[in-house]
Amino acid sequence: MKIIVLVKHVPDAQFDRHLNGEGYTTDRDESILSELDEYALEAALQLAEARGGSKAGNQVIALSMGPAGAVNAVKKSLQMGATEGVHLTDDALAGSDAAATSLALAAAIRHLGAGAPVDLVLTGMASTDGETSLVPAQLAERLSLPQVTFASSLEVDGGRLTARRDADTYSETVEASLPAVVSVTDQINEPRYPNFKGIIAAKRKSITTLSLQDIGVDPSQVGRAGSWTTVTSAEERPPRTAGTIITDEGDAGIRLVDFLAAQKLL
Amino acid sequence: MANVLVFIDNPGDALKKSSLELLTLGRSLGETAVALNGELHSGVSAALAEYGVGAVFRPSAQDLDDYLVAPKAAYLAAAVAATGAGTVLLDNSPEGKEIAARLGIRLNAGVITDVVAVDADGTAHKSVLAGSYTTAAKATTPVSVLTVKANNVTPEPATAPSSPEAATIEVPADSTAAAARITERQQKTASGRPDLTDARIVVAGGRGLDGDFGPVEQLADALGAAVGASRAATDAGWISHDAQVGQTGKTVSPQLYISVGISGAIQQKAGMQTAKVIVAVNKDAESPVFEIADFGIIGDLFDVLPQATEEIKKRKG
Ligand SMILES: Cc1cc2nc3c(=O)[nH]c(=O)nc-3n(C[C@H](O)[C@H](O)[C@H](O)COP(=O)(O)OP(=O)(O)OC[C@H]3O[C@@H](n4cnc5c(N)ncnc54)[C@H](O)[C@@H]3O)c2cc1C
Repeated sequence: MKIIVLVKHVPDAQFDRHLNGEGYTTDRDESILSELDEYALEAALQLAEARGGSKAGNQVIALSMGPAGAVNAVKKSLQMGATEGVHLTDDALAGSDAAATSLALAAAIRHLGAGAPVDLVLTGMASTDGETSLVPAQLAERLSLPQVTFASSLEVDGGRLTARRDADTYSETVEASLPAVVSVTDQINEPRYPNFKGIIAAKRKSITTLSLQDIGVDPSQVGRAGSWTTVTSAEERPPRTAGTIITDEGDAGIRLVDFLAAQKLL
Repeated sequence: MANVLVFIDNPGDALKKSSLELLTLGRSLGETAVALNGELHSGVSAALAEYGVGAVFRPSAQDLDDYLVAPKAAYLAAAVAATGAGTVLLDNSPEGKEIAARLGIRLNAGVITDVVAVDADGTAHKSVLAGSYTTAAKATTPVSVLTVKANNVTPEPATAPSSPEAATIEVPADSTAAAARITERQQKTASGRPDLTDARIVVAGGRGLDGDFGPVEQLADALGAAVGASRAATDAGWISHDAQVGQTGKTVSPQLYISVGISGAIQQKAGMQTAKVIVAVNKDAESPVFEIADFGIIGDLFDVLPQATEEIKKRKG
C-alpha cells in the first residue's frame, strides 16, 4: 500500500499561543507535530505492518506543508516509523486558509502519486491550531475521492475500506473504495513513541523538499492571495482570572448554592 | 431571488432551536430560503412560514442520507446556483462543517466555521486558539459559507409570516459516485438530559469521581443540566465518549460550567473556558482549574455535591 499521512507542525498547546503580524497568522515558535496527527500516523503504520511493512513494498509517506520548522513534524514522523518524508515549503504559502491549503496539498498528493498511485490519504480529525477540520473534506472534494471523516476504527481489505464513526445520537459503519481520504479520531489507537532504533533509523531516511513550482501550483493560488477568507481583526481575550476560592468546612455545598442563587443561575 | 440559503437536515416533526437560530440570523442578512433534506412535516412547514422563509427547496433524490456528506454538498451547490444566494448558513455540527467544506470547493467560496455572530456586511465573528482570541473574518468570494454555533442568537419569528414557495432541486447524478456509503446505523438511547453542546448548564466530572458518576448526575438533574466529562473519565469507560469536553471532545459555552474532580488540563480547558461562569470542586488546591474558576471549592466532591443537590431541591421546593 502507498499511504500518505498529513502531519502538521502546530504551536504547542501547553504554552500560550499567539496570533501576529499581517493577516493574524499563528505564531509558530514552540511548535510540535500536532498530537492529533499522531493517531493518523499510527493508523498508517499499523496498516503497513499488517501487510508486511516496508520490505513488502508498503510506503508510509509523511507530508507536511509549512515554513522551515515544519520539517520537524516530518522528522518526528520518520522516527515513529514513516518510510519517507516530504516537506512542501514555499514563502508564497504563508497565510493560506483551508481552501488554499487543500489546493496545495491536493497538488502535492497528485505529484506524489505520479509514479505509483496513492491508496490512502490519512489525516488527524482536526488541526490543533486552526481547529476547523475543513481540510480533509476539501481535499477529498478536490481529488474527487470518497471521504471518511472521524473514523474511530479502520480496516482495509483489498480495494475497500470499512470504518466506524461515533456521532452523538448514533454510531455508524461506512464503506468506501480506495483511494480515499480518511480522518481519524483519538479513539482509533494509542500512538507509539519513537524508540532508540526508530530515532537512529530516521537519520538515514531522506526528506524530499517540494516547492510550489515542483507541484505545478501558481503562487497566486495559495497564501493570502489565493485564500477565500480574510481575517479582519483579532483581539486577545483577557485571560480568565481566578474568582473566590473557599475550603470546605462542612457547608461548601450550601455556599455553592448561595453562589448560584446570587448569579441567578438556579 | 434569495440572499441567504439555510440548510436544514432531517428536522423530523419540529425544527430544532439551532435551526430557528439560523433562520433568525439569516433574516437579519436578507431574504431567506431553506434547502431541506428529509421529510417536510406540517409542524416544520408552519415554523418556516412563521420565520418568514421565502422558499423551501427539496432534493430530487431521496437517498442522500445513505452517503457521507458529498451528495448533500452537491445538492446545496445546485440550490445556491438556483437561488443566487450570497450566504449559506449551516449548523456547526461535524457534519455541517464537512458539507460546508465541500460546498466551499464546489462554489469557489470562502468557508468560516464556529461563527457566533454575523454583521450586516457579512463579517463573521468567532473565537480561536481555544477561546484565547476573538476574531472577525470575511469571505472574499461572491458566496460565503458559514457554520454557526448554537446558542448565540435568540430565535425570533418574523413580524409577518410568509407563504414559502416550494421547489425541487435536481441533485447532480454523479454526486454519489465518489462518496463513502453508510452501511449500518445504530441509534443510541437518549438520556433525557439536555444536549451537551446546547445546554445552558453543564456539570462535568473527571477522574476524581473514581468510577461513580452518580453525584454528578444527581446535581445535573437538580439543575436541569447536561452531563459532561474529562477525557480521563471517558477513557476509563465510566461514561460514553460523547460526553467528553475538550480539545478532542466537545466545545461548550454554557451559562454555567461546574467542573467536578477535574484537574483542568489545557486540553480540557480548551473545551469550556468560554463558559460565562465556571465553578470548580476539587480536593487539590493546586489544580489548574482554580486559575479560571469564578467560584472554587477545595473539598471532597462526595461531600460537596450531595449537599448542594439537597439544598437545590429544598430551595426549589
Ligand atoms: C491529544 C490530546 C487530546 C486531549 N483531549 C482532551 C479532551 O478533549 N478533554 C479532556 O478532558 N482531556 C483531554 N486530554 C487529556 C488531558 O490532558 C488530561 O489528561 C485530562 O483532562 C485529565 O482528566 P481529569 O482532570 O479528569 O483527571 P486528572 O488529571 O487525574 O485529575 C483528577 C482531579 O480530580 C481531583 N480529585 C480526585 N478525587 C477527588 C475528590 N474525591 N473530590 C474532589 N476532587 C477530587 C484531583 O485532585 C485531580 O485534580 C487530551 C490529551 C491529549 C494528549
